[in-house]
Amino acid sequence: MGRYVIRRLLQMIPVFFGTTLLIFLMVNVMGDPIAGLCGERQCDPATAAQLRSEFGLDKPVWQQYLTYMGNVFTGDFGTAFNGQKVTELMATAFPITIRLTIVALLFEIVIGISLGVVTGLRRGRPIDTTVLILTLVVISIPTFVTGLLLQLLLGVKWGIIHPSVSSQAPLDELIIPGLVVASVSLAYVTRLTRTSIAENARADYVRTAIAKGLPRRRVIIRHLLRNSLIPVVTFIGTDVGALMGGAIVTERIFNIHGVGYQLYQGILRQNSQTVVGFVTILVLVFLAANLIVDLLYAVLDPRIRYA
Amino acid sequence: MRGATQAKWAACAVVVALAATACGGGGNSSGGGGGANGIVSSSWGDPQNPLEPANTNEVQGGKVLDMIFRGLKRYDPKTGAATDMLAEKIETKDNQNFTITVKDGWTFSNGEKVTAKSFVDAWNYGALLKNNQKNAYFFGYIDGYSKVHPESGSSRANTLSGLKLVNDKTFTVKLMQKFSLWPDTLGYPAFAPLPRTFFTDHAAWVSKPIGNGPYTIDNYTKGSSMNLRKWDKYPGADKAQNGGIDLKVYTDNNTAYTDLTAGNLDLVDDVPASQLKNVKADLGDRYINTPAGIIQTLAFPFYDKKWDTPGGIKVRQGLSMAINRDQITSQIFQKTRTPASDWTSPVLGVDGGFKKGLCGAPCEYNAANAKKLIQEGGGIPGGQLKISYNADTGSHKEWVDAVCNSINKVMGNNKACVGAPVGTFADFRSQVSQQKLNGAWRAGWQMDYPLIQNFLQPVYYTDASSNDGKWSNKQFDGLVDKANAESDKAKAVSTFQDAERVLVAQMPVIPLWYQNGSAGHSDRITDVSLNQFSVPVYEQIKVK
Amino acid sequence: MDLALEEGATLEKTPGGPEGTGPAEKPRSLWSDAWRDLRRNPVFIISALIILFLVIISIWPSLIADQDPLNCNLGKAQEGSQPGHPFGFDGQGCDVYTRTVYGARNSVTVGVCATLGVTLLGGLLGGLAGFYGGLSDSFLSRITDIFFGIPVVLGGLVFLSVVPSSTVWPVIGFIVLLGWPQIARIARGSVITAKQNDYVQAARALGASNSRMMLRHIAPNAVAPVIVVATIALGTYIALEATLSFLGVGLKPPAVSWGIDISAAANYIRNAPHMLLWPAGALAITVLAFIMLGDAVRDALDPKLR
Repeated sequence: MGRYVIRRLLQMIPVFFGTTLLIFLMVNVMGDPIAGLCGERQCDPATAAQLRSEFGLDKPVWQQYLTYMGNVFTGDFGTAFNGQKVTELMATAFPITIRLTIVALLFEIVIGISLGVVTGLRRGRPIDTTVLILTLVVISIPTFVTGLLLQLLLGVKWGIIHPSVSSQAPLDELIIPGLVVASVSLAYVTRLTRTSIAENARADYVRTAIAKGLPRRRVIIRHLLRNSLIPVVTFIGTDVGALMGGAIVTERIFNIHGVGYQLYQGILRQNSQTVVGFVTILVLVFLAANLIVDLLYAVLDPRIRYA
Repeated sequence: MRGATQAKWAACAVVVALAATACGGGGNSSGGGGGANGIVSSSWGDPQNPLEPANTNEVQGGKVLDMIFRGLKRYDPKTGAATDMLAEKIETKDNQNFTITVKDGWTFSNGEKVTAKSFVDAWNYGALLKNNQKNAYFFGYIDGYSKVHPESGSSRANTLSGLKLVNDKTFTVKLMQKFSLWPDTLGYPAFAPLPRTFFTDHAAWVSKPIGNGPYTIDNYTKGSSMNLRKWDKYPGADKAQNGGIDLKVYTDNNTAYTDLTAGNLDLVDDVPASQLKNVKADLGDRYINTPAGIIQTLAFPFYDKKWDTPGGIKVRQGLSMAINRDQITSQIFQKTRTPASDWTSPVLGVDGGFKKGLCGAPCEYNAANAKKLIQEGGGIPGGQLKISYNADTGSHKEWVDAVCNSINKVMGNNKACVGAPVGTFADFRSQVSQQKLNGAWRAGWQMDYPLIQNFLQPVYYTDASSNDGKWSNKQFDGLVDKANAESDKAKAVSTFQDAERVLVAQMPVIPLWYQNGSAGHSDRITDVSLNQFSVPVYEQIKVK
Repeated sequence: MDLALEEGATLEKTPGGPEGTGPAEKPRSLWSDAWRDLRRNPVFIISALIILFLVIISIWPSLIADQDPLNCNLGKAQEGSQPGHPFGFDGQGCDVYTRTVYGARNSVTVGVCATLGVTLLGGLLGGLAGFYGGLSDSFLSRITDIFFGIPVVLGGLVFLSVVPSSTVWPVIGFIVLLGWPQIARIARGSVITAKQNDYVQAARALGASNSRMMLRHIAPNAVAPVIVVATIALGTYIALEATLSFLGVGLKPPAVSWGIDISAAANYIRNAPHMLLWPAGALAITVLAFIMLGDAVRDALDPKLR
């Protein structure tokens, strides 16, 4: 087990280099960012050249990448076009987004799995149909609209929440945004749980457990649920990254200056320093999340062993 | 400021740049009591550049500069006329050499006196290539600019030879050419004076700028908020009527608007397009919709042989007549834009050179004639008109689609015109400037200063900085030169209008509509208005 | 779960499951059994009919809509239902009904093809990683991680802005490129679990070939989560197409799709909700049909339900 974890941690190194190189190249392919800095007017050639050399854009790509990586190892993630340090940006954006992600994950785990268990045990009943309809609504209406409607109703009409999240972004202000971010994933988690539960509910070990006279609740939680969780856990693992980097729409609607928003702005401005910095951290998060998921497999199903 | 839509949208609407720093400020900032000490909270977008006067080319940074700086001239927020602010007098005999005298009694908020040197140093800094100031071209009319800011290579001088300090109060300016209206350009923030500390401790200054305007910066958290407070010792007549302004950065103008309707914000200076239909119901008379110095146009590639033909004139005129401006401005923009009938803006006023209907029939919708003209001109080059725009900011898709629908209807062909989105603004701009586009593209102009010259020369003069389509016409250039040399203002304006008539005949770009500034405010504050740059006149706002 | 030995161990029929069908006549392969089950499952029949309908209007939209989706009258922008225009008009004054019908082709093509591509690629790579484990697993999984790292917006702007084509295929290709890692992770997890079952170990001991084990024993038992994720993803891919179009790199104007209309309508949600209702409703029905289909297929593959 310990060796397995160490091996996985070592594998992060090539992934780290692979991703940074890939993202670096991609931002470079997008073209010359300087043209966008001078508004509708053309930058005069001298100023443009001056700006290019200041951001190191006049060098060949491989040299830019090496310089950048060299700096990263000294803790310098570069500077955004408006003169702000990328590390500063990350220091404000990541804590906020981590809070938002935690809220969203809690929704997925608590509501998603509960609904999944209930619908899985009551297939075809009204509750199952109701949840199915909710699922369809969540999938076909863009988060932009759900977010906006919740903001209007709860924030303006009923005054229950602040329509915009303050710059400190405390947990309680992130509840509604968290629900909006989690909504589509909730649909996945619910249906994954439902299917697994339905499949395993007829398994012989469950019948045996019931036949042994174990309380129903205990059978569901200890036997049925535990065995059904592997696909759900896998999905949630893949979702962590998506929640952290992809909450662009929700972050914009609720005025959250988080990772998704900063990353989006960085991409539109074609600022490789910001984008590579943020994505690198995100990939490390995926790697960690996937490692945890793989370790959880062994906990959920003891037959799975890691050498 | 620069091009219309970039400044207006990219800056106002969504762009909260790449910044967001340590927590602090923010939250509900309405407070601080009412009356003269009341604090107004207002929506903001993060400035794209450091807040140096000669480096700020969009509205969000411009807002702050407008509060903390006063220059030699100031544009009257109502009439747009350039009036003397720090200038005691600006004299010239030949429209090329100017003698500027600075008023006594002005200081920066740190106590330093504002002298002639404060201006000369600031302008030299702004013009010098190595300082990377994006508005350096503003000093391009001053003699010696090509030495401190050459087209390529490094600068051969550190100061502008056209600027001479005479004494503490006076300096002289020599221009490269005659330019009678030049003193009226001095209201632009790039010409603001700068205190010594800007040069001696630049990093500290940028993190908390010091100026000479009615407000001082109390607290600046990059990417999140800025708190400005009334400067009690401000010597000017336009003292702040409130206790201060709290600017709050929003990720989206829709969110700012929602916060306004929920009572968490006092002022939104950019009502999102999607709310325009319900804004009257939401805000009633607290909604402001006034003309701004912005015109939107469709530009064409004259570097492409297919467009630079004699028949092309008829095609462009026909296309112009195929666009139902009235319908598009009322249905898509809810009348926050006005159909254009010349190439300037209503904010110039009739005396300033705005002339409604100057374009005449070529700018009026006429389906039958439009189709006829286009066919006479040989049809749309390539059989299909592509209108390029950037998709990342500004919701251009809606109006481009509407323009295309209008043209398609006239042509009786659903594919005669299509929108061609480009992913990012930077990519769009580089395609424009590298002359990669072979169809039309969205263009726009936001005035730098309220002069008819500014609407014409930088955009249509041969090889001018924003003449992206590379249109060139000797007659037009000659008239502009003549107008600039004219010392009588009324005559200069009418000569510029003559130049504009060349545009009617040639239709190098199609004028679409004049853009308005739209704002909404809470019932806590009164006396809210927007100036010609669609920036709120903060110092006049009163708190109940 | 220590008792989970018998799971799927036999193909014995257990009559009387909720959606079970009649008794079997003679032993057949799992896959042909499944097909037999499906044909009699009303859920399958209904969903298949809906999908058939979608396919037909995708091919011949003019069958049920006689107007031109690009013929718009800006004067009627955002207006509600009128005679001849039952669903009202959108922001450009186009007929919402006609556009919803015509939008089916692009949206259904994107949804179905992207889902198929993602499922095949992701299922294959994830399945292999899970089945072989060890070094191949490490290699494939780390590649998956790198692809996870590419932000959709960046990927779209880079890969799609260089493609001049105005068809749906670059969009589908892009979705497959960025979408497969998720299915791969799910498939890998399922295969790792299924691999532990005793009947798989038994088959291996009996000398079954790898491909036989994978197809006959592991795939049917690992496929359920993949189907669930794929059917929901189908809906999100149709929406993703709209995001890409919004970024200016998806379908090029004047293409018509539900996604484009939904995202255009989202801006008018306070003033003209009818613009959102119809394309979103069409999307919901499509997703419903595929979720039902997925459920039916999954049930048919589960011997315990028979």
